[in-house]
Amino acid sequence: MAKITYIAHDGTKNEIDVPTGQTVKDGAVNNLIPGILAECGGACACATCHVYVDEAWWDKTGKPGAVEADMLDFANEVKETSRLSCQIEVSDALDGLVVHIPEDQ
Amino acid sequence: MKVVVVGAGHAAGQLVAALRMQQFEGDIRLIGEEPYPPYQRPPLSKQYLSGEIDLESVYFKPADFYDQAKAELSLSLRVEAIDRSGKTVTLSDGSGVDYDKLVLATGTRVRKLTLPGADLEGVHYLRSIEDTDAISRDLRPGARIVVCGGGYIGLEVAAAAVKKGAAVTVLEMADRVMNRVVAPVVSAFYEDLHKANGVDIRTDVKVSGFEGSGRVEKVVTEGGEDFAADLVVVGVGVIPNTELAEEAGLACDNGIVVNEFAQTEDPDILACGDCTNHPSAIYGINVRLESVQNAVDQANAVAKTICGVPTPYIAVPWFWSDQYDVKLQIVGLSQGYDQAVVRGDPAGGSFSVFYLKKGRLIAVDAINSPREYMMGRKLISEGAEPDPEKIVNTDISVKELV
Repeated sequence: MAKITYIAHDGTKNEIDVPTGQTVKDGAVNNLIPGILAECGGACACATCHVYVDEAWWDKTGKPGAVEADMLDFANEVKETSRLSCQIEVSDALDGLVVHIPEDQ
Repeated sequence: MKVVVVGAGHAAGQLVAALRMQQFEGDIRLIGEEPYPPYQRPPLSKQYLSGEIDLESVYFKPADFYDQAKAELSLSLRVEAIDRSGKTVTLSDGSGVDYDKLVLATGTRVRKLTLPGADLEGVHYLRSIEDTDAISRDLRPGARIVVCGGGYIGLEVAAAAVKKGAAVTVLEMADRVMNRVVAPVVSAFYEDLHKANGVDIRTDVKVSGFEGSGRVEKVVTEGGEDFAADLVVVGVGVIPNTELAEEAGLACDNGIVVNEFAQTEDPDILACGDCTNHPSAIYGINVRLESVQNAVDQANAVAKTICGVPTPYIAVPWFWSDQYDVKLQIVGLSQGYDQAVVRGDPAGGSFSVFYLKKGRLIAVDAINSPREYMMGRKLISEGAEPDPEKIVNTDISVKELV
């Protein structure tokens, strides 16, 4: 279990306990947090679960993989710490992770 | 307000989430024939069949989601009839359930073969968790599996069976695999891919029956060749479950007919997912789609209509298929194309096909090419007319195509 904080574009914070082995996307959609659509259900096929990893956590989540990076290149408002949240698996090492949700997917 | 959903598949599960995200505060009840909460079907022919993921991971949401969302799951129950004037449905246990809004998310069922021996033990279809579990029990290392039908399901089953150490044969009656949905160059790529992984792919082969004493032992074909089999998986398409709607007097035509707001002709009955026939604004025709994208987007449209903020469903359709380490992403509908332009080299394992109709881009098949897929999605929704000479030139970035 890891505590993950999702910060919406308007500053709204949601702290969620996400089971190890689920993804950062799962934590959001299973708890009805707005802003992460994840239309494909986590197959890395739609780029609608885009988040910005808080800079303090960037080293721990790591960079996107090759397919993910290609998909992200077409997402809206991409930044250096952009990731697709369906590709970030939750582990104890990510306890306390903070992610920011973009204005649009 | 009481929303009753007939069906508890992907669309129904999404509808619960979408209604609550729209701040819907009324009652929600899903009535599902299967004993499981809403689950994802795509993994059933992929990671769940190959044993890479467990049952829990197949579920659409964790078990406690429905409690938290205050949605009632009535499982292992069928809806037998709809009384439109009384706004009630009758369930298989004889009870009645009242509704204010009824949503038909009845999905599809597999098309079954009526050939001799088709009911022998060991002849499987794949639609449900139970189907995949039954296939898995027969799919021991070294087992000889004959797959009838070289579409998505058949080919994904073949790839998963290879992973499990089975000896795999695929029989396709057309002259190439996936012939209904992709251009010949893509079919050829997949035939080569499967052959390289040890699968015996046979095209132009028509199955005439199955033989065995109680249990299937061989598949018999019209050409006279027999294929020894420890198990058979048939993947020859699905049929929309429209009977309930038809008996209630609702219009059906290869699916339950709905408008862009997912409404049937009865203002209190909506429908979403694989079972619907709906207008596609982008293509100017009515379509019935079998996909996660359609289930999710149309369920979202249902939620918005019910919540009084109707928003037309106009998404570009998309699909994917995972076979071995190859990711096929399809966006758009290629039916009726007059030009298929290949970008990249199939021999290199990564390429895409841009389908044009009178110059306009209508679909892209992207094989290990997520950038082309993503750009295709954007271009199709914009009605773009990319220059074929630019498409084939991989020195030009996909972002510069238009």
